[in-house]
Amino acid sequence: MIKKLAKYIKQYKKDSILTPFFVILEVIMEVVIPYLMAKIIDVGIENSDLNYIIKMGIFLVVSALLSLVFGMLSGRFAAKASSGFAKNLRQGMFYNIQNFSFTNIDKFSTSSLVTRLTTDVTNVQMAFQMIIRILVRAPIMLIFALAMSFSINANLAWIFLATMPPLAIVLYIIATKAHPNFEKVFKKYDNLNRVVGENLNAIRVVKAYNREEHEQEKFSKVNDEVYNYFMKAEKIVAFNSPAMQLAIYASVLLLSWLGAKNIVGGSMQTGELSSLITYAWQILSSLMMLSFVFVMVIIAQSSAERIIEVLEEKSTITNKENPIKEVKDGSISFENVSFKYDDGKNEDELPLENINIDIKSGETIGIIGGTGSSKSTFVNLIPRLYDVTNGSIKVGGVDVRDYDLESLRNEVAVVLQKNVLFSGTISENLRWGNKNASDEELVRVCKLAQADQFIQEFPDKYETVLDQGGTNVSGGQKQRICIARALLKKPKILVLDDSTSAVDTKTDALIRKAFREEIPNTTKIIIAQRITSVEDADRIIVLEDGKINGVGTSEELLKTNKIYREVYESQKKGEEDEAVKQ
Amino acid sequence: MKQLNNKKDNNQKAGKTLKRLLKYVTSTYKLQFVIVLISIVISSLVGVAGIQFLKILIDDYITPLIGNVNPDYSSLLTAVIVMGVIYVVGIIATYIYNRLMINISQGILNKIRLQMFEHMQTLPIGYFDSHPHGETMSTYTNDVDTLRQCISQSIPQVFSCAISMISILISMIATNIYLTLVVLAMVVIMVFVAKFFGKKSSEYFIKQQKDIGTVNGYIEEMMSGQKVVKVFCHEEETKKQFDKLNEELCDSSTKANSYANTLMPCILNIGNLGYVLVAVVGGILAVNGILTIGSIAAFLQFIKAFTNPLGQVSQQMNSIIMALAGAERIFDLIDEKSEEDNGYVTLVNAKIEDGKIIEVKERTGIWAWKHPHHDGTLTYTRLRGHVEFENVKFGYEKNKIVLHDITLEAKEGEKVSFVGATGAGKTTITNLINRFYDIQGGKIRYDGINIKKIKKQDLRRSLGMVLQDTNLFTGTIRENIRYGKLDATDEEVYQAAKLSNADKFIKHLSKGYDTMIDGSGEGLSQGQRQLLSIARAALNNPPVLILDEATSSIDTRTEKIVQEGMDQLMKGRTVFVIAHRLSTIKNSDLIMVLDHGRIIERGKHDELIQNKGMYYGLYTGAIEID
Repeated sequence: MIKKLAKYIKQYKKDSILTPFFVILEVIMEVVIPYLMAKIIDVGIENSDLNYIIKMGIFLVVSALLSLVFGMLSGRFAAKASSGFAKNLRQGMFYNIQNFSFTNIDKFSTSSLVTRLTTDVTNVQMAFQMIIRILVRAPIMLIFALAMSFSINANLAWIFLATMPPLAIVLYIIATKAHPNFEKVFKKYDNLNRVVGENLNAIRVVKAYNREEHEQEKFSKVNDEVYNYFMKAEKIVAFNSPAMQLAIYASVLLLSWLGAKNIVGGSMQTGELSSLITYAWQILSSLMMLSFVFVMVIIAQSSAERIIEVLEEKSTITNKENPIKEVKDGSISFENVSFKYDDGKNEDELPLENINIDIKSGETIGIIGGTGSSKSTFVNLIPRLYDVTNGSIKVGGVDVRDYDLESLRNEVAVVLQKNVLFSGTISENLRWGNKNASDEELVRVCKLAQADQFIQEFPDKYETVLDQGGTNVSGGQKQRICIARALLKKPKILVLDDSTSAVDTKTDALIRKAFREEIPNTTKIIIAQRITSVEDADRIIVLEDGKINGVGTSEELLKTNKIYREVYESQKKGEEDEAVKQ
Repeated sequence: MKQLNNKKDNNQKAGKTLKRLLKYVTSTYKLQFVIVLISIVISSLVGVAGIQFLKILIDDYITPLIGNVNPDYSSLLTAVIVMGVIYVVGIIATYIYNRLMINISQGILNKIRLQMFEHMQTLPIGYFDSHPHGETMSTYTNDVDTLRQCISQSIPQVFSCAISMISILISMIATNIYLTLVVLAMVVIMVFVAKFFGKKSSEYFIKQQKDIGTVNGYIEEMMSGQKVVKVFCHEEETKKQFDKLNEELCDSSTKANSYANTLMPCILNIGNLGYVLVAVVGGILAVNGILTIGSIAAFLQFIKAFTNPLGQVSQQMNSIIMALAGAERIFDLIDEKSEEDNGYVTLVNAKIEDGKIIEVKERTGIWAWKHPHHDGTLTYTRLRGHVEFENVKFGYEKNKIVLHDITLEAKEGEKVSFVGATGAGKTTITNLINRFYDIQGGKIRYDGINIKKIKKQDLRRSLGMVLQDTNLFTGTIRENIRYGKLDATDEEVYQAAKLSNADKFIKHLSKGYDTMIDGSGEGLSQGQRQLLSIARAALNNPPVLILDEATSSIDTRTEKIVQEGMDQLMKGRTVFVIAHRLSTIKNSDLIMVLDHGRIIERGKHDELIQNKGMYYGLYTGAIEID
């Protein structure tokens, strides 16, 4: 685990090494200074030798200044190293998440990823800083104190060593017992984040239904869970300091008893005993420092595991070796395609079963079908957002799995059903389609998507700032901005997944008209509920329960396809009758 | 000058935050905290006693035995055992305060999180519009986390250090007042240095917590839109933006920790310098015979003992400063102004006996407004769903009016529809009825009562809402439908699902109603999610219903069935509908055509068609209203 994380120290290796280096120098100074202090008392003060005091005082001042410099340097390097390490971890995770396929994304929840990138990283960062500072300082102090005690009286110093193994065992037990609880704490943190996040997103529903109390209960439950596991874990950790104290106090008592006997027996001086006990306190304080680090490391261990999970998650969709970068044209063909979501739900049902269809480049295809008939799944397979379970899909005559992902997706623009705008200006959002697009191009695609007019009416026009999720524009406006964004890519294939549902009929018709006239060579796939949206398509696919129920022009389907006829009649007839009457 | 004032404010704010934080400790856990303090005192005294013990041991027990041929160790043994007992007491005290501090710190964290959440539920919609969700989430985790170490470790340690320092200071004064003054002068310098670094550090810790909130917000937004990122191959851009924020966080974190880490060596070495100073001054005094050598030696030991805990305290400084930064953000959320609600008219279930409205507990399908008056009398008005707008003016921002002079009336049992281009203000109108936003001019009356007089909870209880953005929650499908009526039986849930036609697809799922879905509803299509949210509203069975593009993603065949079900359910009740598909609103009692925040046409379908105005144009597709 350490190895995997250590990779991310990267450019902060220098700082990570310099920190302990300066800590060591600082510790040396800390050893020198008491020595000088003792000299001042024992020699200078005892003999009232002012010159000696001043001389030693100067040494002491110099040492103190050095110690100060070393301390500041080690502190700075430690801060730089740990903050940098944390930065690299966050970056590593975020970069890897960007490589995730839809399947990977479905597996991790947003809330869990957020906790991992913030809370967990902070835990590791704090532990790392502790490790490079204190994990160097404490053992050195410990070894120094031990060495001194052995040089004073080897026969008694073994007492310290004797207390170490039982102490180590106790600490090991504490760590192994606490660790699983800390693990659970962070899982519960995910839940806490989830409840808060969902509450924030659904605040209108919460308020409309007066469910504030219900939400509070829900929150209170996960909050208590966090509390309970934290309590469980920390209760175990609370034995830490007493255990250390027990070890040292026991050694002090043993030392006193055996030391007294030795002194009385004449084999030891009283001064030696008091020195030994002074070192015992020093050992205690280094152990206490270690125990402090120890607790942080136990917590950080659980966090580190969660971080590594994200770092090591392999994208289920990756580029083949030597992928093809050129998409020849906008033709699409489905060959015996079946698909199943890899999420354990609906084991026996295939969202798509045995789909066969050829779509010519430049063709306009309408897709119609009942709620849950897998229309979205159908189109998501084309830009390889998911991989087919069986069969193959070819774009421009080449299997989509042979393409370079980016090249493929640049040519297949999907306007997702659940579309998202990001906080920022409209033009920033549009430029997602093409970051180098000129202002004229923005206006052109927005005109195509019938968005230009309303954007021009905003006081800040294209520089209007959108809130997160675009909550400050209406549903229909949002959809049109999303279409414009996709058009900016100048794709060979354009997929609209129910992207005009909130747009009025007339505007919808204008958008399609613009498509026909302005981008005739682009293959267009339009999923819609409204029959008018697909009626004038070259061909219409009727999907039902994941199978193709019928393909043809509107006229053909009206004759041959029962489902299509029903939908058509339910929508069209009434309106036409009305219109005729007028 | 302005900056200077700001800094002063910051200092004051930090002080206030600390006080408020300590109040949490003292208010809820008074007894436990007192026990903790006592235990800390015992634990540190035992530590001090240990040092004294050695002197006593050597002087009183060991020295007399030296030279004895047959030494009697029994008194020595007793002394060691007594000390052993004292140590055991010390260890127990250490355990007790460690253990109790966990109760206190975790208890407080638990309480603070709950308090934040409870308060958050009372905030106006505007707050949620203007604060990135991820940043708010960060407060619950990252900011609350900063308190954990501070309360459980730093506060006890600071206290125990303070105890040692005070006891040492007393001994110092007893030994020599002049030298104590030298030490105190040194302490003043330390305080100044500590203040300087503390302030610098706290500035950056506050920035760090803010930056971590921003990063959290960015991650949350990007993760929620990750699929769009993929579709647009926008990974590199996203990374770039992330790097920028990440770099900023790293920068403030480095600076904050640097300053905090510098504090300890500074304090310790000022202590060392003080030591030299005292040695020199003491030496001069000793040479002149003013002071005995013994007392100088003792004094120098005191200084060492005095600066040690000081160093420990300054080591805790970064966790304390960081916690203050976190606490400030927590209190900002807790102090955020709640939705105003001065309503006193409440909604009650009622029955009608001899033409009089009588309040009852059980659900009767009849509701009444309970209206207390100044003279102490109560009147009941039957809820009819009669909604009137009178010259209503509204803007999300004060000077940007988006609804002008809206006057309309929806009578009991009517189906009122809003038609208009996207952005014409349809949704805004419905958001005013349930007071998600408050109007800036005019009046809205509900059954003749100004809605400002109605308690918000009761107002909203009387209005069911189905929104275009279907927000579901992690849980089973059953739980999600039940959100509409928490005590609904399974049978009621199935009924509602059948009514909304969601039953059909739910039964197709392998686990049926017990299928787990997550909040973003992955795995369900948009249409299926809408069906669920309609089922939820149907179960809620409200007196008045608002449907805002509730069926936009549902195929028309299903929509027809849903519509019939809803019409059946809402028979005799008022319904507000926003829809793009005009076929669904044709049978409305009143259709309002909105344009740029004004009602430009109103009437029944036939009337509007005859008028040949905008509605006609829309309906026939002859004109574009955008």
